Amino acid sequence: MKRIYLDYNATTPVRPEVLEALLPYYRDQFGNPSSVHWAGRQVAGAVEKAREQVAALINCSPAEIVFVSCGTEADNAALKGTVDALKAKGNHIITTAVEHPAVLETCRYLEKTGCRVTYLPVDADGMLDLDELERAITPETILISVMWANNETGTIFPIEQIGAIARRHGVRFHTDAVQAVGKLAIDVQQCNVDLLAISAHKLGAPKGVGVLYVRRGTRLTQFMHGGHQERNRRAGTHNVAGIVGLGKACELALAERETHAGRVRELRDRLERGIFEKIPNVKLNGHPTERLPNTLNVSFAWIEGESLLLNLDMKGIAASSGSACTSGSLEPSHVLGAMCVEVTLAHSSTRFSLGPDTTGEDVDYVLEVLPPIVQRLRDMSPLYNCRQQESCAGCETLKKL
Amino acid sequence: MYTEKVMDHFSNPRNVGEIDNPDGVGEVGNASCGDIMKIFLKVENNVITDIKFKTFGCGAAIATSSMVTEMALGKTIEEALQLSNQAVAEALDGLPAQKMHCSNLAADALHEAIKNYKATHG
Repeated sequence: MKRIYLDYNATTPVRPEVLEALLPYYRDQFGNPSSVHWAGRQVAGAVEKAREQVAALINCSPAEIVFVSCGTEADNAALKGTVDALKAKGNHIITTAVEHPAVLETCRYLEKTGCRVTYLPVDADGMLDLDELERAITPETILISVMWANNETGTIFPIEQIGAIARRHGVRFHTDAVQAVGKLAIDVQQCNVDLLAISAHKLGAPKGVGVLYVRRGTRLTQFMHGGHQERNRRAGTHNVAGIVGLGKACELALAERETHAGRVRELRDRLERGIFEKIPNVKLNGHPTERLPNTLNVSFAWIEGESLLLNLDMKGIAASSGSACTSGSLEPSHVLGAMCVEVTLAHSSTRFSLGPDTTGEDVDYVLEVLPPIVQRLRDMSPLYNCRQQESCAGCETLKKL
Repeated sequence: MYTEKVMDHFSNPRNVGEIDNPDGVGEVGNASCGDIMKIFLKVENNVITDIKFKTFGCGAAIATSSMVTEMALGKTIEEALQLSNQAVAEALDGLPAQKMHCSNLAADALHEAIKNYKATHG
């Protein structure tokens, strides 16, 4: 059976060049970069080279790169470290209702410890109102944390404008850029970003590595205590092979960014056009234009997302859904909820996220197998062509929404 | 995540559809939790002679709907009332723990359909 992976926003395969670059660090170059002897010295240089490669991709100085274990750790360290370091100034955080749980749940935790958090709403396209953001700033505001691009819908926030607002008000600015790095041009200087989270496995490097960019002069209380690694900013032995892999992935991303984004966008647009041409009653979730070039999130009316994913999986296609069944709770996606997407449509949301290995053939295959699957599930659905619309509880619910 | 039996009933669901002029119709679930099941019955001499379902929901919701129709067909009303959600899940060799409380409603839909039959044919 064909195997088509269209879930690159969840994770990516390690790129062959990346694997080749990192393998020696599991074999001959096994030293601890903190050691003084030859084995340590060999490896310390590799970590510093990776630091330069990451810094080049986001336009900062290598000394501003802190290697951590994952994107979630980077977000936790940024938020908790800021709250503690700036407690004399205030306790108010501004974020959005559509953040990744790494930020959202950390904010909920911080609320329990006495912080006040403003969760900015979004419009039907998932976009923020910047006037509202600016109005939310108070003298107690210590941090604005807004994701660069949304993992579910791909909607891109105007980070440069938010950075300008933060600077104007003297408020620290953190961005969870996990979905943006490697897909978009990232410039922390131009956008006045103070803290930025990266996850290695989203751009063709291994799982278990992340980065927190910390602008020089940004006071942050240490999150992980122990040894002196990362200039006392993050204790713990370096994941050398993972870090080397991330460095290589960043170098490749910088070199290929323009060509790769254009190619992926073309394929994504072909998939999007094809779906809307072949299947009636489909809704696009996310901004029509301000959107990651690789992401397509759509809802197919009257059917549920998990059953669609299972059917796609049986045809070898890997995608993801915002339905409750796949979110691990009884509620569908909080992102689509914040966008006021009808609840049955939220349950039916399906995300296709493309990557560098996606081909036109893959897209055509999806366009061939998807319409009959959708139709079969619709024929099975009590909400589709419902004969007793007036007395049917399901249709009533739909109408109320 | 799902057993072979669940996947079998999910990919080849039995008794999908609606019955014209049914003797009983039952519906459970709601859109907000993501599962809606509707069961249609034909009853002759107190025996379920035809049963069909329509379901909006996840793999477990579709598989349990299919299984309950298979289990109830040919049974008397009293026997069908004895079928529980638990029995349906067991007939499918089990469901993932997180599905037991949300998507395992097929026997409830059957009981609703029987209740409706009794109310209209009492």
